[in-house]
Amino acid sequence: MTVNARNITDEEFFYGHKACPGCGGALVVRQVLKVLGPHAVSALPAGCMSAVGFNFPQLAFGNNATITPFAATAAVLSGIRAGLAAQGTAPEDCTVVGFAGDGGTADIGLQALSGAIDRNDDVLYICYDNEAYMNTGIQKSGLTPFGASTTTTPAGQSEHGCLTQKKSLFDIVAAHGIPYAATASVGYLSDFLKKVERARDVRGTRFIHVMAPCPVGWGFPSEDMVDVAKEIVDTGLWYLAEYEGPALSGMPGGTFRLNRNPKAFKPIEPYLRRQGRFRADDGADLAAIEAARDERWAYMRERWA
Amino acid sequence: MRKFLSGNEAFAEGVRLARPQVISAYPITPQTTVVEALASMVEEGSLTCEYLHVESEHTALAAAMGAAATGARTFTATSSQGLLYMAECLTYASGGRFPIVMMNANRALALPWNIYGDQRDSLSLLDHGWIQVYAENNQEALDLALMAYAVAEDERVSLPVMVNVDGFALTHTYESVEVPAAEDADAFLPPYRTANRFNFEHPVSIGYSAGPEFNGHYQYWHHRDMLTAEAVVEEVEARFAATCGRRYPGLVDAYRCEDADFVLVTLGSVAGIARDVADELRAAGKRAGVLRIRYLRPVPGRQLAEALAGAAAVGVLEKDISFGGDGGAVFSTVLAACARRGVARSALNFIGGLGGADISRDQVRACFADLERLAAGQGEAGQVVFLGIDDEEGGPR
Amino acid sequence: MMNRTFTPHLRDGLAARPEQFARSTCFEGGYLTSVNAGWRSLRPVIDPVQCTLCLNCYMYCPDGTIFKVRDDDGVAGGLAIDYDFCKGCGVCAKVCPVPCIAMVDEQEGGAA
Repeated sequence: MTVNARNITDEEFFYGHKACPGCGGALVVRQVLKVLGPHAVSALPAGCMSAVGFNFPQLAFGNNATITPFAATAAVLSGIRAGLAAQGTAPEDCTVVGFAGDGGTADIGLQALSGAIDRNDDVLYICYDNEAYMNTGIQKSGLTPFGASTTTTPAGQSEHGCLTQKKSLFDIVAAHGIPYAATASVGYLSDFLKKVERARDVRGTRFIHVMAPCPVGWGFPSEDMVDVAKEIVDTGLWYLAEYEGPALSGMPGGTFRLNRNPKAFKPIEPYLRRQGRFRADDGADLAAIEAARDERWAYMRERWA
Repeated sequence: MRKFLSGNEAFAEGVRLARPQVISAYPITPQTTVVEALASMVEEGSLTCEYLHVESEHTALAAAMGAAATGARTFTATSSQGLLYMAECLTYASGGRFPIVMMNANRALALPWNIYGDQRDSLSLLDHGWIQVYAENNQEALDLALMAYAVAEDERVSLPVMVNVDGFALTHTYESVEVPAAEDADAFLPPYRTANRFNFEHPVSIGYSAGPEFNGHYQYWHHRDMLTAEAVVEEVEARFAATCGRRYPGLVDAYRCEDADFVLVTLGSVAGIARDVADELRAAGKRAGVLRIRYLRPVPGRQLAEALAGAAAVGVLEKDISFGGDGGAVFSTVLAACARRGVARSALNFIGGLGGADISRDQVRACFADLERLAAGQGEAGQVVFLGIDDEEGGPR
Repeated sequence: MMNRTFTPHLRDGLAARPEQFARSTCFEGGYLTSVNAGWRSLRPVIDPVQCTLCLNCYMYCPDGTIFKVRDDDGVAGGLAIDYDFCKGCGVCAKVCPVPCIAMVDEQEGGAA
């Protein structure tokens, strides 16, 4: 049964947390846990969602949850799954799920994630991507986009922001031959929830990389969060895709699919100009951002479409 | 059953008898043959568990924590740089009160790179909240694998235990050991039961943050329960003696200390030579004693002060160095434990065995000779003596 | 309000002594001791007459503070907002297609 607004559970499993108003990451955790239900076991590394959900005695997780060392999201997930498997006591619908940010996944947590996928441990890993180390105050991560000003790539006279492109985390994960991986955005919520549901029902390691805008770090009004999360997809600066590994797809090397492949993108300039982090970018920066986008889409369309 | 086993093989036998449900394993010399032996046991079916081939020590301990949070008995093993690589997770595991048992094959720390045995790895992490115990021989290593779980899982303690086994000196040296029967081990160590775990009827948060208002309480009770471990160790050893037949002496192993004029304090495998030399001296009419520290956390403060109260001179022989410090970690611990209890003795610190250097019988004799002189009122107390180092400039000792 | 077993809810502070809670970091999940209402400068107010129950606000609320009000037969006939935990981010008003959610200044004591 496909989860939708009408049939999704009334239960909230992430509630009363101290996330900033309009937090994309909080929406990710909230909705994923609603899809997974009361028997999910969550692991969250040091980062925004653990910082806002685990302040004893204000414990915002309604189902079992634990904090992990920063680098160890996937490691703790593997241990939880092994412990449950060894004892055989977990309910059948128990999903072991991790929620880590972009830094916690693509930077410090990448080794442990790779190890878990290598072992094909039966866990679901959600990377909520707000494109910088937000919990520590907006520092550049490996998933900060080119041109974005952060507190460690401050826009100034010599540079206008981050000089590197986002790592292709989805491709890195897929290259392991993981059973299932997807990208999503909270702006396209039903697409995201469909993927969560899909991932829930696949065995082995599953990974979803979901774009989760941060009003504070990106510099836009909190009420615009969902709008921005849509626009990043509509401009082609993010993409909605799925990968099914060899076991699921029956194809050597697995198969990729672009869930949205629009003929034309919305212009990037309004998207960038509405965010404080791109304020210093000039025409040349915009051209570079657009060129990188087009290059990425040419790559994806050639191979995945 | 009696078997001829290396320290690592003996330890693996102990782990098998403890029936861990999850093992996370990452290789590092000289620990490797432990995880190899356990893998073979899983393969041949003599050990049933989830065996995780993790990609780092950091993950080895993090995965063990995740497993422990489900209520599973867990084991991991490491050494040296591997221990330091997982150091961050040590405080998570102890603060989370997960009764993980970890074998640490004591080994030197880089640089210079070195795979041989000293004790700088574990001694540099005394305050990471783990119970630390040091084996003297392979039999004790095996027995500690079992007893460590009994101590760790006692609900009055609920703390992880690091069992330290001297790299190569024990891990790769063969000795005859008695392997307890499985029925005896099962009678001694029942399955792990805890409330510190996920609960599907009444979900819990595990390992949250606690701000300034509450944080100190967690640290305080961690400390209190670590101190309680002293009594639990003694209870566990009494039960072990009753079921498996061997009796261990608690936090310290005092040898001919009662009437000793001078005592050499040490830990790990070097204690055997120290006792031999003490016997030589006793035969020559000199009252020498040896105090082997078994547990460094909890600190055997009362036992140290009592055993050393009658000695005129005390030496501490350790395979550790505290750069720019007042002697090694064991020396500092012994002096503090005695001073706190009003026992002030003239003391010397002997630092040797670094990077796997052999501590020879003659060196130990020289240590005792220094102590004998100090007990007779000769020589300068408080010196730090580096065995095998000849400093022509006469630098700080 | 419907019975939601697993939904975190407000308690009367922390009724436990340190030796009870500080021996492990394992504690009842969903244990809330403080509200978030003080964060809010604007409060969302849903006009129930115009509301079409499209549920966009319910789905996109990052805090989950908009909930379905069910009748005795379990039919969801409307939406309500838990003002104890609403932070006033305004996402609901923005994603409402009607639009029928007003953001009302807290200082002016908007009706709700």
